[in-house]
Amino acid sequence: MRDITVSAAPPPPALADKLKFYGIWVGVALILLLLPKILSSGGSLTTFSLIGISIIFALSYNILLGQTGMLSFGHAVYYGLGGFLAIHAINFIVGHKFPIPLPLVPMIGGATGLFFAALIGWVSTQRSGTAFAMISLGLAELVASSALILRSFFGGEAGVSANRTKLLKVFDWNFGPQIQIYYLVAAWTLVAVIAMYALTRTPLGRMCNAVRDNPERVQFVGYDPHVIRYLAFCFAGFFAGIAGALAAINFEIANSAYLGAVQSGTVLFAAYIGGIGFFIGPIVGAIFVTFLSLGLSDVTPVWQLYFGLFFIAVVMFAPGGITGLLMMHRPLLKGGTMLRVLPSYAVALLPTLAMVIGLMLAIESTVHYTVNPSENPHIRAFGIPFNAASPLTWAAALALIVVGFALARLSWRRVGHAWDEALTTARQNGVAA
Amino acid sequence: MLELIVISTLNGVLYGMLLFLMASGLTVIFSMLGVLNFAHASFYMLGAFFGFQISRWVGFWPALLIAPLLAGAIGAAVERYGLRRVHKNGHVAELLFTFGLAFAIEEIVQIIWGKSPVDFRVPPLLDFPAFTIFSTNYPAFKMFMLLVSVAIFLGLLLALKKTRIGLIVQAALTHPHMVGHLGHNVGRIFMLVFGVGTALAAVAGVIAGPALVTQSNMAGLLGPILFVVVVVGGLGSLPGAFIASLLIGLLQTFAVSMNASLAGLLGPLSPDLAQSWLSDIWNVTIAQIAPIMPYLLLVLVLIFRPMGLLGTRDT
Amino acid sequence: MRRLVVAAALALPMLGQAAIAQETVKLGYIDPLSGGGASVGEGGLKTFQYLAEELNAKGGILGKKVEIVPLDNKTNPQESLIQAQKAIDAGVRYVTQGNGSAVGGALSDFVTKYNERNPGKEVLYYNYAAVDPILTNDKCSFWHFRWDANSDIKMEALTNYMKDQPAIKKVYLINQDYSFGQSVRTTARAMLAKKRSDIQIVGDELHPLLKITDFAPYVAKIKASGADTVVTGNWGQDIALLLKASADAGLKVNWYTYYAGGSGGPTAIKQTGLNHQVFQITEGFANVDHKESQDFEKAFRAKVDLSLWYPRAVNEMRMFAAAAEKAKSLEPIKVAQALEDMKFEVFNGGEGIMRKDDHQFFQPIYISSFGERSEKEPFDDEKTGWGWKLVAKVDTAQTMLPTTCKMDRP
Repeated sequence: MRDITVSAAPPPPALADKLKFYGIWVGVALILLLLPKILSSGGSLTTFSLIGISIIFALSYNILLGQTGMLSFGHAVYYGLGGFLAIHAINFIVGHKFPIPLPLVPMIGGATGLFFAALIGWVSTQRSGTAFAMISLGLAELVASSALILRSFFGGEAGVSANRTKLLKVFDWNFGPQIQIYYLVAAWTLVAVIAMYALTRTPLGRMCNAVRDNPERVQFVGYDPHVIRYLAFCFAGFFAGIAGALAAINFEIANSAYLGAVQSGTVLFAAYIGGIGFFIGPIVGAIFVTFLSLGLSDVTPVWQLYFGLFFIAVVMFAPGGITGLLMMHRPLLKGGTMLRVLPSYAVALLPTLAMVIGLMLAIESTVHYTVNPSENPHIRAFGIPFNAASPLTWAAALALIVVGFALARLSWRRVGHAWDEALTTARQNGVAA
Repeated sequence: MLELIVISTLNGVLYGMLLFLMASGLTVIFSMLGVLNFAHASFYMLGAFFGFQISRWVGFWPALLIAPLLAGAIGAAVERYGLRRVHKNGHVAELLFTFGLAFAIEEIVQIIWGKSPVDFRVPPLLDFPAFTIFSTNYPAFKMFMLLVSVAIFLGLLLALKKTRIGLIVQAALTHPHMVGHLGHNVGRIFMLVFGVGTALAAVAGVIAGPALVTQSNMAGLLGPILFVVVVVGGLGSLPGAFIASLLIGLLQTFAVSMNASLAGLLGPLSPDLAQSWLSDIWNVTIAQIAPIMPYLLLVLVLIFRPMGLLGTRDT
Repeated sequence: MRRLVVAAALALPMLGQAAIAQETVKLGYIDPLSGGGASVGEGGLKTFQYLAEELNAKGGILGKKVEIVPLDNKTNPQESLIQAQKAIDAGVRYVTQGNGSAVGGALSDFVTKYNERNPGKEVLYYNYAAVDPILTNDKCSFWHFRWDANSDIKMEALTNYMKDQPAIKKVYLINQDYSFGQSVRTTARAMLAKKRSDIQIVGDELHPLLKITDFAPYVAKIKASGADTVVTGNWGQDIALLLKASADAGLKVNWYTYYAGGSGGPTAIKQTGLNHQVFQITEGFANVDHKESQDFEKAFRAKVDLSLWYPRAVNEMRMFAAAAEKAKSLEPIKVAQALEDMKFEVFNGGEGIMRKDDHQFFQPIYISSFGERSEKEPFDDEKTGWGWKLVAKVDTAQTMLPTTCKMDRP
């Protein structure tokens, strides 16, 4: 499990970079502030809130996978427990009329995540690699199943609900409308992202990288890899708990689905698709996967198939994730040879696109025949109407796939050559790859 | 009581052998390639659906042969064109590849055969009660399942101990790198092993399909348990997987037949506990927690004996 | 290459863009359309689309066409809330949902809070199948209406029938381990004890929801207990697999079920040869001797190739139309007020009433058994050749149960 990522932590920034660095954070804060002014419907606000939650969760997961090299199948346990505790806390605060406002509740979720991570982590982080992965899987199944059995705390499959508007008001906000929840989530996301970024710059963060890359040497220099893994695990649990609490506040309900394998799988997807080798990777992945899971089911009934295929494609052709793909171009950009690869990209894009369209056409037509054979063959997929019964459709799909595949193979080979040349030139220009 | 014990033992052994059929392939793949093949149960499902379709056309018995071959060929192709490419990107990438594959296979099966269970029946030749014990019938088909599983276990052991390929595979189980250094075509062995492993899962699918249910979610139901079997049994150990399968089969079956709970055991001592917030833990019966027993076992084994029951290698 | 794509795109007939200029009544259908629950969700969607067409053929509701907006909730409460939000954005003011009491509870909660926070933009939630009694008792809401009989009502009707069956002596309860299964189990115990104290409960089993692949161990337990009757609220694969395992083991008991007629159930019963040994309790079924509903069934099967599993959906849509006509408005709050205490001739004949106190619909309940048909049963199920036969009918008045609901009215 050591070979999952190759990038080392970035070097500390020079003084000149600092302005740029803080500029980025201020810019992000401004964007978060202005976003609802542009897109203000309830649905898009919900989407943004979910993305924020997903970003915190995915980043917390990457503390384990990307930074410390621990593959976990049960990260949702801490997310879910944080969510449950947050809901219970809201009910408790309302019941006892404590003067605690809603924006502080995620702290309770975080503390819960931290507590359980500290409790469970000591045993499970004794080993790394596959053993750790399997323990996390077993524990996740245990906790998720117990959630259905321990009814008085977890509320069975219906879960526990709360009313977020009944807490102490701050600035006359009662947190009923989605816009106020959006700002709450946005603020917490910003804080959590900054905190997790800062964590990567601490000595602990560096030691995590060292444990990921070579635990034996870490031992030689006098650290205990177990303790470092344990600390990373606790931090990951803390931030996952915050994310879970925010989700619970957003939905005003916590149920066993929060703890389940699907949730654990989604965060793994998000982190990996985004790219676990870079800090920004899970953020990109979280945005992307949230959009995909919300939007894909609207355009096609077999969204799981596309999701699976897309996933296979990412793993096979872009193992560094989306960010990895983009970051590959940095040396070219710096070496000024970026323009040399662009034409071959353009050439390769066309047949690839044709192949994808052909594949989609074939899938949608087949689906029509097996699922609704008696209905009108004039169907729409991805908003494009076509006739599934026409032989022309089938012929077009077949031709697109076959010709597209053949040409795509050829053209991608050319991309490879162009890429190598560009990189060599860039290196000669004095830019390290 | 005796009746319940005898019948639970029989049921447990049957279930355990079914688990073993699937786990045998997975354990070999897992130990050699180091790949946690999440799609392994999907090949079990493919086997069941291929079996269903082929038995519609040419009958059950040819299906029992053709369906695993088909699934095995698909498995080999997956290894050759998919996993091998992904291998250089590390274990997480391989694992996620099989994850995506499981997703895609499930949806493809749903597209072709629909989401409801299909009517896959026991062949008429075996559709009779083999024997009756305590007035409970034992279907001949279940006895057939048992026989096939035992035959495959013995066949696998023989093939591993007595054939040349078997020896190489065995060597690769414990010392995968050394085998490569000795100049064997590790790639081809991997492909072969993957093909055979998935074919075995498909055999399990063809014979479990009529006995249980043939539905597009059948893979998801059994998938996680298989990992438990493989890890509990120990990496690189076929007998370990065999014992672990039986153990989990019996554990689950016997747990179901027990109604004991803390309240039942200690209830008279402190009746007021049953009313408190602890009431859930207090009143839950062993039968209720039967399905999570394997995971409990997994966690305990990994903590106290990380190499598994009969494992030779640390995971 | 590009030309080919363009040519292909142009060659495909541009259809399916039926322009709907006039404003429509949108009903958001929030149920699983992918994943494990999809086969059930798709059946429901087709039913509602058929009913919308039927209404539209008669001029729609208040002259407006009815449009069903399908939304995939993947049987997940959180996802349902996202979909509900999406539906509201798209101008939906009525949502309907049925699969899963967890989803039902979350939606009812969401709609209530949304209406409280967004006065003037209220949304109504029509529940056609989530039967957890709590939705019309402790957690009742003014904005929630339920057309299916809740599980207590069904159990009341079932035990009223069982108490007159002297052959029943030993009953075994097996249910899924979640809120609905729990409620079936507790009410069955309480009601049987009250109505037939001589009946012995020889077993009371809870098993995990949709996770069991082999029910043989459970069947062995039933067999060992010596039960003559099994009562179960199981649905989906849990009932099909249970019946299959019991047939394999040669278990001879009568089955009283809630959902043996659901997707896959009839196939399993036929496969196992349990001729008229499996009973189910529903608010209607195809072979009820009632001409109008049989005509409807015939037309429905011809159109969508499914048997009508949701007579309650028919009641829901027809009553929705009737309430809007009565209120002369499509404002949800006015429709809701018109629905309260509304009496209605139900799909299978007989009178039903939407009780004002808890928004639970009361209607005649039928007990039927599955097996070989006589000429009185024209319809079979899932092309098995077997069909449901009437065993007993429980009138509306006998299904009335008290409620603990204290409703907040706007």
